[in-house]
Amino acid sequence: MSGMPRESGSPRGIAVTAWVLRMAWRDSRGSRRRMGVYVLSMVIGVAALVAINSFGSNLESAVDSQARTLLGADLSMESSRPFPDSVEAWIGTLGGEQSRRTSFSSMVVFPRTGDTRLATVRAMEPGFPWYGSIETDPPGAATGWLGHGGALVDRTLVQQFGVEVGDSVRVGTRAYAVQGVLVKTPRESAAVSLFSPRVYIPLAGLDTLLLDRGSRAEYETYFRFEDGRDVEAIVDTLGPKLRAARVGFDTVEESRENWDDALSNLYRFLGLVGFIALLLGSLGVSSAIHVYIRQRLDTVAVLRVFGARSGPTMAIYVVQSFAMGAVGALVGAGAGILLQMTLPRLVADVLPVDVAFSIAWGAVATGVGVGVLVTVLFALLPLLSVRNVSPLHAIRSTVEPASRRAFDPVRASVLSVVAVAVLLVAVMQAPSAAFGLAYAAALAFVFLLLAGVARLLVWAVRRYAPSSGSYTVRQGLANLHRPNNQTRLLMLSLGIGTFLIGLMSVTEATLLRQVAVAGDESRANLVFFDIQRDQADGVESVLRAEGLPVLERVPIVTMRLASVKGRSVADIRADSSRGETWQFRREYRSTYRDSLTASERLVAGTFVRTAEPDAAVVPISAERDIAADLGIGLGDTLSWDVQGVEVPTVVSSIREVDWRRVQTNFFFVFPKGVLESAPQFSVILSRAEDEAASAAAQQAVVRGFPNVSAIDASLVLQVFDAIFSRIEFVIRFMALFSVLTGFVVLAGAVLSSRTQRIEETVLLKTLGASEGQVLRIMIVEYVALGLLAVSTGLLLAVGTGWLLALFVYDTPLAIEAWTLSAIVGGVVLTVLFIGAASSRGIYRRPALEVLRAET
Amino acid sequence: MSTVLSVRGLSKTFTSAGRPLEVLKEISFDLQARDTCAIVGPSGSGKTTLLGLAAGLDRPTAGEVVLCGHAMSRLDENQRAAVRNRDVGFVFQSFRLIPTLTALENVTVPAELRGDQDASRRAVDLLGSVGLADRTGHYPAQLSGGEQQRVALARAFINRPSILFADEPTGNLDADTGGHIVDLLFDLNRSAGTTLVLVTHDLELAAKTGRIIRLRGGAVVEDRPLTAPAVGVDG
Repeated sequence: MSGMPRESGSPRGIAVTAWVLRMAWRDSRGSRRRMGVYVLSMVIGVAALVAINSFGSNLESAVDSQARTLLGADLSMESSRPFPDSVEAWIGTLGGEQSRRTSFSSMVVFPRTGDTRLATVRAMEPGFPWYGSIETDPPGAATGWLGHGGALVDRTLVQQFGVEVGDSVRVGTRAYAVQGVLVKTPRESAAVSLFSPRVYIPLAGLDTLLLDRGSRAEYETYFRFEDGRDVEAIVDTLGPKLRAARVGFDTVEESRENWDDALSNLYRFLGLVGFIALLLGSLGVSSAIHVYIRQRLDTVAVLRVFGARSGPTMAIYVVQSFAMGAVGALVGAGAGILLQMTLPRLVADVLPVDVAFSIAWGAVATGVGVGVLVTVLFALLPLLSVRNVSPLHAIRSTVEPASRRAFDPVRASVLSVVAVAVLLVAVMQAPSAAFGLAYAAALAFVFLLLAGVARLLVWAVRRYAPSSGSYTVRQGLANLHRPNNQTRLLMLSLGIGTFLIGLMSVTEATLLRQVAVAGDESRANLVFFDIQRDQADGVESVLRAEGLPVLERVPIVTMRLASVKGRSVADIRADSSRGETWQFRREYRSTYRDSLTASERLVAGTFVRTAEPDAAVVPISAERDIAADLGIGLGDTLSWDVQGVEVPTVVSSIREVDWRRVQTNFFFVFPKGVLESAPQFSVILSRAEDEAASAAAQQAVVRGFPNVSAIDASLVLQVFDAIFSRIEFVIRFMALFSVLTGFVVLAGAVLSSRTQRIEETVLLKTLGASEGQVLRIMIVEYVALGLLAVSTGLLLAVGTGWLLALFVYDTPLAIEAWTLSAIVGGVVLTVLFIGAASSRGIYRRPALEVLRAET
Repeated sequence: MSTVLSVRGLSKTFTSAGRPLEVLKEISFDLQARDTCAIVGPSGSGKTTLLGLAAGLDRPTAGEVVLCGHAMSRLDENQRAAVRNRDVGFVFQSFRLIPTLTALENVTVPAELRGDQDASRRAVDLLGSVGLADRTGHYPAQLSGGEQQRVALARAFINRPSILFADEPTGNLDADTGGHIVDLLFDLNRSAGTTLVLVTHDLELAAKTGRIIRLRGGAVVEDRPLTAPAVGVDG
């Protein structure tokens, strides 16, 4: 219509924009403190993102700049057998400087204390690492230990057995003086020692019995080329030949890429956990803005009466949300940079490089951008209601908002954009797109589930709240249902943190008990392996002399696949369409026997106990998963290379194997009557009633048979516990962001409902409530809120833990009551403290004074 | 004289508990420039609904409102907002000042909305004319009820509206303060040459206008020009 003010013209548009900005600033008066708290909920999430991504960037730079020290050489070759002559010839022609290393698992003995422990022994020549250095305590040990024929040992051994510098350590029949403790080594992170502590000894003079057939060893050669030759070109030429000879190789570039991938996966995973905090913060902002806008309805209506269009009116609050997001994101980025400095310490164990601190501006910009984007998008949802505010509201406060259409295209669009944005951020942050999508889906599922549990609990409290008894209790519980109280949001935001921490606790307890249970009853809890054929009787005698039973002696024959279903493995590996897999390449350790064990179940076919003496094809039993990986089934033929002798077989049965038992389990089981004369070694299963008996038996066996190794259940438990506690620490640290965000959202929610709380307090005091009663009502409300929130998280944690225990771990759920009680107590007390602190000034002052000051 | 407000066959039906509830039935009247009119009637008679429809705050179920030449039911909400901004002033019973704005900022809002560069100077003048020259920087919470309503009066006149709607302008004030506000309202109205529509229970106030439209049950039961103060009591 003519004469209508339009915003499309440039001067007019500028005027409207100026008005929107001015109004956004003016309208925020009196709410800025509250907005500050809303902003805080974003700060934590952005801080987590910035810290982790900046740290990741620092890590990538460190890996790039220290690529040579990651490998410790220009080129490495490794094989599970001594290098064949052909490879030795190539090595000879390559020249450069070379250093050999042989790594294997063996029992080590500390004669001073008599302790024994399965360890990873690295027998080394001088030279390696060619780049970087071994760091030791004391520092001087790193340079002189080889010359002195000494040993370096992992700190784990020092902590476990009280080993000191100067003590001796025996590997096989040779004893070495401990010259120092390993602090840092090229090629591996300190976390490796969790699985198997390392002992470095000189290669010269190594007890070769330890490397006899049957023992797993890794033979390595490290090269340094000072002539600047192109190592990648060497690998291009030599690579196929090395692969054919089953010799692996690594270049600086390859090593750098491997570490880059592994470390980027690590920090991206941490980033995803931090992303939860950002989403929670956004939900907090969204919810706070929902309440904020409800309190602005009068203002909006008055503006509409005086001619403000819906667009500019809504823009006032979009601008405020943007400003909140920007301030929150910038403060969060600052906090993230501070936090970034602490992260290297948190994951130092798994880092192979020294990470230097520098601000990664790209990561900071991403964090700020994501923070602002997510805040504005989540704020848009409640802000859309501004469109529906009728100017009629100004003259009739009871006016209902315009009835919502069943389908609101704008709301649907905003929801879609929010969903896409969350997906994009998840994909961007995740190690892979599929992981990101799965993560976003899982997150949505957990959020929905938590929201459902929260809704159910709130309903239950309303339905079953006491209708008689203490007034303060009834009123405190009733307050949970106060309009705009955001009870369910708080249960969600506090619940997700407790869910993560609770699930970690339940899972750890369940798995630890499962491992412990494995050592119960009459099951084996002590395994001796690498026993040569002529040693088996001797080891059994030693065990019996120690009073331990021999539960089982299991023969093991190493073999490789020669052909599958009539097609040679070489052909399969050459066929690029098939995709060569490890299952075709690996060395199999198979056994032969005439019965199934307790950890096996026949799922198809017939288990053949003894082979016919003149059978041309041997009927064997395959484990279900490996059969699936190899694409074989009943009746399919496999041909084996058993140390130079070809043995044709046919799959006569498929077994399901419970791999978690402390037991020898096999992919392939042969019948009796075929492999008896093949080169083999044995594993002996026994059972010790306590740690002392186990230690005594291990010492006795290792004394008599130095090449024999042992693992007992307590060691498995220790290793498991050590690994789990590292993972748990990192997850808890990240979950802490979610918990903190939950608390900030709580503070924001209390501040949002401050006016309502003041009105209630004034009313109660006017009606004669004492200060004590008002305080007790508040305490009941916050304690109930804390309990509801923590119950939401823990219910889901225990439920998920139970499902995992039932379907994944196949073991009963274990709950550590004290841990869960500590979580409950911690959350409830914190909620009470934050609630009381945010309500400061409401409850103690006289009614009239409060009214005058706040309204 | 030109017609500022023309109301023709105006009806409004709400749905209450699933059943239609007709709150206004076939209302018709015209107001010329400078006319003053009071809409009176008992609570629930439809006064406020009529005011809202006449001012273009809502759409009728049937009938038409032509405000300053614009058929309001043919305009969308944003177009109606533009008409209100340019031609309509409002005074509310509960003042409806924006709590986060100072008195001066509250007054300038309608002018700023139309991009008026001179808004502040005129707002200061208007605040001066309602006796609040020294209170321009105060926030609503720092002003008494009477002062707040004077700020609201200044705001209503800032865009020199063709018509002013006042909903119980003295309803939240004591008699003395209310009297003073009424005097100011009529003074400003006279000097600006604005058409005035009042909704009130106060027959004394109604009697100051030139015409009284009496509603009962959503229908006009009396519509008479006043030559002398009206006599009677409303429920």
